[in-house]
Amino acid sequence: MSLLEVKGVNAHYGPFQALFQMDLKVEEGGTIAVIGANGAGKSTLLKVISGVMPCSAGEVLFDGAAVHGLPGHERVARGISLVPEGRRIFPSLSVHENLLVGGWVKRPGPWSPDKVYELFPLLVKRREQRAGTLSGGEQQALAIGRGLMSNPRLLLLDEASLGLAPIVVRSLYKAMPTIVQEGTTLLVVEQDIGQAVSVADRVYCLLEGRVVLSGSPAELTREQISAAYFGVRRR
Amino acid sequence: MSESRFKVVRSNRRNRIALAIAGLVVVAFASVPLWAQPSFQRTLTTYLCLLALAQMWNLLAGYGGLLSVGQQAYIGLGAYGLWVFTDGLGLNPFLAVPLAGLAAALIALPTSVLAFRLRGGYFAIGTWVIAEAYRLIVTNIGWVGGGSGTTVTGASHVKMATRIPATYLMALGVAVGSVLLVYLLLRSRLGLALTAVRDNETGAESLGVDVARAKRYVYLISAFGCGLAGAVTYLNLLRIQPNAAFSVQWTALMIFIVVIGGVGSIEGPIIGTVVFLALQELLSDYGSWYLVLLGAVAMVITIWNPRGIWGLITSRRPLDLFPLRRYLSVVDVTASEASEPKGSVGRSE
Amino acid sequence: MTWVNLVIQGILLGGLYALFASGLSLIFGVMRLVNLAHGDLSNVAAFLALLVVDGLGWNPFLSLVIVLPVMFGIGYLLQRYVLNRTLERGPMPPLLVTFGLAVVIQNLLLEAFSADSQGLDAGHIEDTAITISSRLAVGWLPLLTMGVAVAVIGGLQLFLARTQWGRGFRATSDNQRAAQLVGINNKRLYGFAMALALVTAGIAGVFIGIRTTFTPDAGSLRLIFAYEAVIIGGLGSLWGTLAGGIVLGVAQTLGSRVDPGFGVLAGHLVFLAILALRPQGLFAKQVDE
Repeated sequence: MSLLEVKGVNAHYGPFQALFQMDLKVEEGGTIAVIGANGAGKSTLLKVISGVMPCSAGEVLFDGAAVHGLPGHERVARGISLVPEGRRIFPSLSVHENLLVGGWVKRPGPWSPDKVYELFPLLVKRREQRAGTLSGGEQQALAIGRGLMSNPRLLLLDEASLGLAPIVVRSLYKAMPTIVQEGTTLLVVEQDIGQAVSVADRVYCLLEGRVVLSGSPAELTREQISAAYFGVRRR
Repeated sequence: MSESRFKVVRSNRRNRIALAIAGLVVVAFASVPLWAQPSFQRTLTTYLCLLALAQMWNLLAGYGGLLSVGQQAYIGLGAYGLWVFTDGLGLNPFLAVPLAGLAAALIALPTSVLAFRLRGGYFAIGTWVIAEAYRLIVTNIGWVGGGSGTTVTGASHVKMATRIPATYLMALGVAVGSVLLVYLLLRSRLGLALTAVRDNETGAESLGVDVARAKRYVYLISAFGCGLAGAVTYLNLLRIQPNAAFSVQWTALMIFIVVIGGVGSIEGPIIGTVVFLALQELLSDYGSWYLVLLGAVAMVITIWNPRGIWGLITSRRPLDLFPLRRYLSVVDVTASEASEPKGSVGRSE
Repeated sequence: MTWVNLVIQGILLGGLYALFASGLSLIFGVMRLVNLAHGDLSNVAAFLALLVVDGLGWNPFLSLVIVLPVMFGIGYLLQRYVLNRTLERGPMPPLLVTFGLAVVIQNLLLEAFSADSQGLDAGHIEDTAITISSRLAVGWLPLLTMGVAVAVIGGLQLFLARTQWGRGFRATSDNQRAAQLVGINNKRLYGFAMALALVTAGIAGVFIGIRTTFTPDAGSLRLIFAYEAVIIGGLGSLWGTLAGGIVLGVAQTLGSRVDPGFGVLAGHLVFLAILALRPQGLFAKQVDE
């Protein structure tokens, strides 16, 4: 049984349809990358999985159980945690307080503020600083750390590289394998294909709300990925 | 290439019928002094003033986006303005009324400078505090009668047979005038600006709408209308008491009428006043219970059906008895060549 | 009556206003909701205390044991089943609904208790005072009230700063959607915030009922004072609210020395002056987006 199954999901923003019959499977213990151009539906997919928005048709199954009817905050208790686009840390709270709040839902697991500081040492000296004064890269690290504090089984990362310098993105991605080792499955959404593909076991490429390519990085060539990304050769 | 001629049309047949009916209604109301008892005329006077007040509150809140709990300040100022101009300066009472309205608007100008420093809920209570301040200031001025109030003796000298119908007709004028004023305002450029601000303030500002100035105009106009209505009301009642004239009860009535009838439409306050009249006549024996009912109904409507009774009526088909929209009317279309749709327009994320 | 005496009285009165205001401040901070029924709800607490005092013969201070849990419950239910529905729809619905609620409460109280003035009799404490010098005496009740105000505000500050729920309040205030991402149930959190606010309003209502008489329509004026305290002190700071309350209390007390009817007006004028000259308040901290 897969950890996460998205079956035939449609999603709408008002009259505009963003996802069409989306099918996706995530096995426990790996890293999935979902790539695609702007407007492909990647963020929408994460919002549907995490419960930020409802799906208009289809099912989302987590560990075999239907979660698509649950409000977002209850899915955190089930083990789904979203690190949103734009980071959305709590600016008036300190770094440490952001982490503590991240642990609002108590689930068993290895993650604690100290462990987050091990993962992202750059946060240690900013511990008591107001999160709103951090740089973009530090805020992203904090957002990931906050997302880990609920000890999720599935961590969803929405465009972690957005607005960050490549060197910062590289150091963030260096932390990914540790996260997986500690027992959290990763679903990474990216526009930066290179990074995403480099950490993933499986890649899904989305175009205009549909999956147009999927496979392991080993089997997919650069040309195939580019073509799917830009929609040169549609399904 | 297809060729077509378009015309911007501002009303349709339904509007014109409604306007004709409205005209008849006004004429009927104007005939009241010919056949009705004085007490009936005085009651109607009160309701007509309430209608005007409701329109003014709706203008401020529904179109200007400014929820004020302090318009009673201008009702009271209008009342005392009436007294100052009649008893103090010896003017004809019926001239004093519009002057009182102007006086209220003048005082509203510096008041708005203070009030506009606050936003949202804090603006609301702020206007209330300002009204309270005005009440207390007036209560402390011995010259206007202090806490026990004063009488508009300049008007009470006029014969009742003249005074009551004249006051009634003034009230009718103020009521019809308030509806016309709101209507014309909204059809003007200022009205277009206000609708834009109501829908999206930042967007409107980025297009060059001077949001602050638009809001200020609305505030001043609302003060003027409230001042007028206040003056006429107390011309009717003759006895002015500061605690009653500046009472927040006025705002409560305005809010209920507008909310029940429908915020943000001209028709709403009219319906609301009629409903209020019915409720008042039916339930006045029940004392405070009827206020409890009003409050509860206002709460329920705001939560479940925020567009009020008029919103219910128009929910199936958009209906504008007062033509406010601009329609694009296609007059002539000739297609000399059929053209391909230009490919799918890019979707926004 | 020396001026020093008056100022001290004003300061202590300010503590009472700050107590009223702290609930209003908390609600606005967490939910951006201005509760126009806040004063009337505190009045409900006073009338509840009256029922307990008359019915069970308890001392009004003791009645808090019953009144406060009731206020907590009222706050939670009110928020979850009525006020939560008005959020996320712009600034107007909450104002209209709480205004309607204020009218409903005032008139229900009027029907239930008549328009008579009521008072809560707490016995000797109302009359006794500490004599500090030959010309300076401070009443025990005002002193106690100030002490309670400081304790409540201090308690709230500690709660917000040190507890997980307090962090939850602050996080929700920062970004309500992000708070849901860490598993916070907004609806429940808002319920608790309102419950807490009404508890502080209840304490204030009972203390005012002991200090002076109250009527069913007393709520409006309390709302105004509470709100003036918040604005004078500056949004976003509970200690600022205390300072604002003190400034208001002193202004009113000194004003009523000049002329008995002038006290409340003096407060209004100070408020308007702050609005004109320093609109962000004396100790503003919050940057409102």
